[in-house]
Amino acid sequence: MYASQTEYQRAGSVQEAVALLAGNEDAKVLAGGHSLIPLMKLRLASPSLLVDIGHVDELNCGISCNDGTISISSLTTHAEIASSDIVKRDSPMLAEAAGMVGDPAVRNRGTIGGNLAHSDPASDLPTVLTALGASINITGPGGSRSECVSGFIQGLMENNLGSDEIITSIDVCAKQANQGMAYAKLSHPASRYAVVGAAASVTIEGGTVTAASVAVGGVESAPTVGSSVAACLVGNAPTDAALDEAAAAICNDIGDDVLSDIFATEDYRKAMAVVYTRRALGCAVECAG
Amino acid sequence: MTTRIFGSGIRRREDPRLITGRASYTDDIRLPGTVHAAILRSPYAHANITSIDTSAAACQPGVIAVYTGADIEGHLNPIPCAWHIPDSNLIMPDHPAIAKDKVRYVGDAVAVVVAENRYQAEDALEHIDVDYEPLDATINPKASTMDGAPQVHDDVPNNIAFKWTVAGGEIDEAFEKADVVVKDTITLQRLIPNAMEPRSAVAQYVAATGNLTLWATTQNPHIARFLSSVVTGVGEHKVRVIAPEVGGGFGSKIPYYADEAITSFCAMQLGVPVKWTETRSENYQATIHGRDHVEELEMAATNDGEILGLRTTVYAGLGGYLSTAAPGVPTILHGLMYSGAYHIPAVHGDIYGVFTNATPVDAYRGAGRPEATTLVERLVDLVAAETGIDPVEVRRRNLIEAFEENQDVSTGIVYDSGDYEAALDKAVDHIGYADLREKQAAMRAEGKHIGIGVCSYVEICGLGPSQVAGAVGFQGGLWESAIVRFHPTGKVHVMIGSSPHGQGEETTFAQILAGELGVPVDDVDVIHGDTDNTPMGWGTYGSRTTAVSGAAIALASRKIKDKATTLAAHLLEADAADIEYDDGKFFVKGSPDEHKTIQDIALMANVAWDMPEGMDPGLEASAFYDPPNFTYPFGTHIAVVELDTTTGQIELKKYVAVDDCGVQINPMIVEGQVHGGVVQGTGPVLWEGAVYDDDGQLLTGSLLDYAMPRADNFPDIEVLSNTTASPHHPLGVKGIGEAGTIASTAAVYNAAMDVLRPLGVNSVDMPLTPTKVWQAINQAQNGG
Ligand SMILES: Cc1cc2nc3c(=O)[nH]c(=O)nc-3n(C[C@H](O)[C@H](O)[C@H](O)COP(=O)(O)OP(=O)(O)OC[C@H]3O[C@@H](n4cnc5c(N)ncnc54)[C@H](O)[C@@H]3O)c2cc1C
Repeated sequence: MYASQTEYQRAGSVQEAVALLAGNEDAKVLAGGHSLIPLMKLRLASPSLLVDIGHVDELNCGISCNDGTISISSLTTHAEIASSDIVKRDSPMLAEAAGMVGDPAVRNRGTIGGNLAHSDPASDLPTVLTALGASINITGPGGSRSECVSGFIQGLMENNLGSDEIITSIDVCAKQANQGMAYAKLSHPASRYAVVGAAASVTIEGGTVTAASVAVGGVESAPTVGSSVAACLVGNAPTDAALDEAAAAICNDIGDDVLSDIFATEDYRKAMAVVYTRRALGCAVECAG
Repeated sequence: MTTRIFGSGIRRREDPRLITGRASYTDDIRLPGTVHAAILRSPYAHANITSIDTSAAACQPGVIAVYTGADIEGHLNPIPCAWHIPDSNLIMPDHPAIAKDKVRYVGDAVAVVVAENRYQAEDALEHIDVDYEPLDATINPKASTMDGAPQVHDDVPNNIAFKWTVAGGEIDEAFEKADVVVKDTITLQRLIPNAMEPRSAVAQYVAATGNLTLWATTQNPHIARFLSSVVTGVGEHKVRVIAPEVGGGFGSKIPYYADEAITSFCAMQLGVPVKWTETRSENYQATIHGRDHVEELEMAATNDGEILGLRTTVYAGLGGYLSTAAPGVPTILHGLMYSGAYHIPAVHGDIYGVFTNATPVDAYRGAGRPEATTLVERLVDLVAAETGIDPVEVRRRNLIEAFEENQDVSTGIVYDSGDYEAALDKAVDHIGYADLREKQAAMRAEGKHIGIGVCSYVEICGLGPSQVAGAVGFQGGLWESAIVRFHPTGKVHVMIGSSPHGQGEETTFAQILAGELGVPVDDVDVIHGDTDNTPMGWGTYGSRTTAVSGAAIALASRKIKDKATTLAAHLLEADAADIEYDDGKFFVKGSPDEHKTIQDIALMANVAWDMPEGMDPGLEASAFYDPPNFTYPFGTHIAVVELDTTTGQIELKKYVAVDDCGVQINPMIVEGQVHGGVVQGTGPVLWEGAVYDDDGQLLTGSLLDYAMPRADNFPDIEVLSNTTASPHHPLGVKGIGEAGTIASTAAVYNAAMDVLRPLGVNSVDMPLTPTKVWQAINQAQNGG
């Protein structure tokens, strides 16, 4: 690879990283490098400074669970999430989705923070984290703040992250006893990114759906929030017919700007949004027991 | 023990270094003082160059030189095409190594920067100012022949580089008397070969001696030397080409490329070694692609499924220029195989070679034969569907009966030996074909969809008789030579002109020595890839290395055995007629205990203390092998796929391959070749293909978009074989390098069309991606 010339600095702390970013508008954070480096390789990105956060301990504290909240440090890799006992138990669809990212090499290097910051519509984690109502903890020159994932991503690789801000961790609510969740993905045969990825969570009490949350990735420039799907389900018994109907309602949540490329047309993506939402719902209901 | 090594599946001796990263490739060559080249490539598919300003680039840090098309004039001859197919009105427009006035595909070289390091060279490329006047581009091979299509070359009307016809039998009569005529149009899309190692070249020119040395990623160093000499003007005796380890080629490293010429030119201008290595993105644009056929097909048959005739019109895309072997691929290697494994009394194919504004196309694993096999086998399945006869039965009714020697077919070639039905039987038995068809029907009733695809193939391999090469316009011979040299300690060097690059011949050729002379395989080293220390040869491609080079080694070994017998007789004080040979030992008939080993004889021959009167010292022989005919491996493959009708996804569920490649020197290597070939041939059916937009931009420009087949896409590939020796080959071998690719595209494609037919879908272009399949199903359900 022959990227253009770039300075490189290794940050020792979040504070130092933020300072470096604040001092250079063209600087970029380097985490796992599995989205940034491919862009630099093709000279589609040419940052003047790379701020390597890979050695910042505060960003690499792994995964913990306190008071029903799972906290995932931003440098946690997809492989770590996929194999974490905490995540497998308390947010199984996140573990499932992390295990479907790319291939082993990508999962061993790519990080959850980088994945969110990159905001690629074909990514798996933003979809799942949207359905889970996760929040992102961000630190910048002015201090720290927290944001809900669904508001964070604004469009095609666009988000609310300032050029001098850093994602420090992600918080996800641990699953309830009656809650089931699942992620269903149609992978691109070359990249293995999601052509369409559907994340569904349902809570069932006494045979009735009491809460539901659905998000679909790959169809629009940011994850589609399946509020019509959820509305369709809540208060009803999760019969096959009800799930069919609810899944079909994802079309109401999809706007006019549907993504399209040589592999999947708009029509196809929309149709698959229904199919994969249905599949995710079916598994989620099964898991909710 | 040792003799049995020939024919056994011993491990590949090349693997430890290859899989532990200890092999040394062209890019690993580090000569003192090396400078680095980067090539500026056209971002336009078709454009006039109105001006180029390199002045800013020339003053960038580290830049040593910048050259354009004007600078190479008078120094580099055009890049030649080396397959001048006859009776085709072939037009061969000039192919300058660096475009000067016009660019003809995205990736066409426009300028080269040489700098102290590659980063500086890449940076400087951004400072070259080129003014382009964009022109309309033409990409589809058929559309490119239409009146009004953009002209790629001014002197090639309708972009038709050649029209070549294959004809045999009474074609009109066949179609007149047919009960059924089936027709289809299929596309064998452009494929990107994707060798793991990108191309690379290191050139060194020593002005004091006038010697040019080129380390290069080539499958055929002697051809590269020949063409280097033609292009650079350096005498062939002053050019040395070295192919170090070559990390896969699949045909893409047969051609002599502009890039090698440019690198050589820079080295000659600057007097220091110059290195150029392509990036993967560059590989996608500037290394040849494969296939690119639009095939219009029809087959005439009786109601009983007897095939009467086959007619095609094929538009074969060639890209912007004629690559080294390009014209021969869709013609000689394609049209001559239209009879497949069958009696087809009449064939007629009109094949157009067409310039387009895309990367040049040349031989890619299978080269012409997957394109032929797929069309024949598709038509056979259509006859089956039309007559209501099972596809296996239609094949059975038309297969050529077993023959031991010389079977003429209507395309005019002569198959060497075959038992096609035995291969079909074995595949059908192994997979339980009849049960599978029942299961298919039962599953369909439950809303599950599986498809079964059969392919019975014959391929033309072991290229080939040099006289035929000449007759079909190949600008070279196709023989091979080998030198087998015994050293005093009995260790052996085998030097060959072909150039294995991953196929395993370092192992199989040692096995030939073991078989012929009882030498332990570890005592044999196979030397290849350097024109200065190997005998002339035409290279490794076309499943020819074992079939042709291997034969030369066997013949050289037999000469050595003759000499060793005479020497043994002398040492044992016996008559040569009384000497017997067994497993590396020479002895007088009846007294095997008092023997001379081949190692004893090698020592004596080398020290030459006690030689028979008139016998030269040394124990070595060279042999040339020019095959009397091609070899024709064959077999039957059966694929089973499953379709998810809601998503349009097709999954390969089962695959059985029965191949007959003649005598097998190493069955494990045969199996490996079949595995790789099947995977490579399946890719284009389900996932793989180069896509250009109407402006000639390559949309599948990286591995993120270009879908290569992967291990988890495949079930176990079940590999079986039969052995029908080639009657004319000294070892009875035929070749197995391409069989998997040749058979699998047709088998998987037929399986996919088999699953789609009951849904009313009769045509989907490859690759059958989920979107296309889903759309086709929807269209059929909505009444087309
Ligand atoms: C072949 C391949 C296949 C892939 N397949 C998938 C897939 O199937 N599904 C999927 O979801 N993803 C896929 N990915 C993307 C992968 O998950 C990336 O690793 C991920 O998107 C980015 O994480 P990273 O740590 O590598 O980030 P980097 O590449 O280091 O950074 C990406 C961007 O985020 C910024 N950034 C990184 N960390 C932070 C932070 N903590 N705070 C602020 N900004 C930050 C960087 O500045 C950069 O702009 C694939 C990637 C490849 C190469």
